[in-house]
Amino acid sequence: MKPKLELRGVWKAFDDKEVLREVDLVVDHHEVVCLIGSSGSGKSTMLKCINLLVSIDDGTILLDGADITAPGVNPNQVREEMGIVFQAFNLFPHMNVIDNITLSPRKVHGVARAEAEEKGKDLLERFGLSDKVVEYPDRLSGGEQQRVAVIRALATEPDLMLFDEVTSALDPELVAEVLDVIRGLKDDGMTMVIATHEMGFARDVADQVCFLDQGRILEHGQPRQIFSTPQEARTQQFLQRIIDAGRL
Amino acid sequence: MSDRSSLDEFGGGPGLFGPPHAPRGREEGTRAALIAFVSTIIFLVVALWAILSSDAWPAVQRQFFNWDHFVEVFPDVLGGFWLDVKMFLFAEIVILAFSLLIAMIRSLRGPAFFPLRALAIIFIDLIRGIPVILLILLLGFGVPALQLPGVPKSALFWGLTALIISYSAYTAEVYRAGIESVHESQRMSARSLGLTQGQALRYVLVPQAIRNVIPALLNGFVSLQKDVALVLILGIREAVREADIYAAKTFNYTGYIAAALLFLAVSVPVARFTDWYTERDRRKKQSVGT
Repeated sequence: MKPKLELRGVWKAFDDKEVLREVDLVVDHHEVVCLIGSSGSGKSTMLKCINLLVSIDDGTILLDGADITAPGVNPNQVREEMGIVFQAFNLFPHMNVIDNITLSPRKVHGVARAEAEEKGKDLLERFGLSDKVVEYPDRLSGGEQQRVAVIRALATEPDLMLFDEVTSALDPELVAEVLDVIRGLKDDGMTMVIATHEMGFARDVADQVCFLDQGRILEHGQPRQIFSTPQEARTQQFLQRIIDAGRL
Repeated sequence: MSDRSSLDEFGGGPGLFGPPHAPRGREEGTRAALIAFVSTIIFLVVALWAILSSDAWPAVQRQFFNWDHFVEVFPDVLGGFWLDVKMFLFAEIVILAFSLLIAMIRSLRGPAFFPLRALAIIFIDLIRGIPVILLILLLGFGVPALQLPGVPKSALFWGLTALIISYSAYTAEVYRAGIESVHESQRMSARSLGLTQGQALRYVLVPQAIRNVIPALLNGFVSLQKDVALVLILGIREAVREADIYAAKTFNYTGYIAAALLFLAVSVPVARFTDWYTERDRRKKQSVGT
């Protein structure tokens, strides 16, 4: 069986600054991959490249074995198969919760409003937000907004989810509720690529951890191996700083 | 963003920053209003006295503020003004739609849309570079003179077209500023959900953009509401033209004053509304920030 997602020799530079350098990654079906590394190491760009929000300079990205970076590929069709959640929630402020969730199903997938809303409400109920259906985003807490953003991405029924530091903008006491949602998705067997600074969470939830440094995947492996016996000096240094900060 | 009346109490007043019924604050407010009122009255009385007692006043009154002439000219000016209002309403609706279309075209990304984008930019640059009055003359006299079959020859039609084209170029830039003021992450998350560029603009960016530029659009309303009078140069008998005709006949300019009063009666309320709306919007945004 072909892997769900594969990156082969991906390069990306913004102007003169190389952000990704020959990145290789294989993500199997139902696998959870966590990307760790300091800010600016390329985690976020990598996710945006996978979602085709950022075009790559060299290399290929394969989704279910098909090259999605080939010329002539319709990015909208690719994006329909994966969901992405950002650090800054990015809910649409002029729409209430249910409209945020049903916009893409209705307009992109042509689902009838009643059906889309029913499904949206089911998702809201599952994630403990059934009382927020007609609320506007600015009336929700950061944690609630981020959970709605996850549901919005799930509403198009993707089988690959990308998370871009989704808890970094949250107050500490709200982080857990969002991480629990992601744990729930893992139990459902969702394939996920997660960029995160939450090392404890990465250790618990990941099947594979990749340490990024200056645009390269310097080291990858099972969480136990990466967190207990990192091979590279840079990885050791990075993890030591996290431990010193009391975050692991 | 819709119904947040409960947040309004955070915007101003004593609600958040003082006890709910701060008697001191209210008393001071009343006194301030009283002082403002009295000083305004004094100022007006002094100013009026200065004008009315000047040597030139009798002549000014005869030429500009003559009641008999006013009564005689007013019906014609009012009739002309009604045409102004109709022209304004029609033009404004077309402008709001047409300029939004131009702004959306200009906001499309990607090399495939380059020709469309370039066309929009050329249109905006050219039209903004030509004086409105010149455009009115060009179209209003020029096009009918061509005697093209099937092309309207009405001066009113072409005068309005010139106004619509001219104002659309400006209004498109207002919309575009609004679209660009919406954070890039909104476009990105819309695209990440599989929406096309057009859908992202229509459902996500433009609704937020319009909210951001309503004060600027209202400003454009006031401006257009006066500039419709420019079609008088094509001989269209709107308010200023009627006043002009009367002045040419009688050498009395009271008709101009009548027309001015009518324009003011519309534009001042719109200006006040714009201020009120902008202020309310600002408060709303602040209250969300807290």
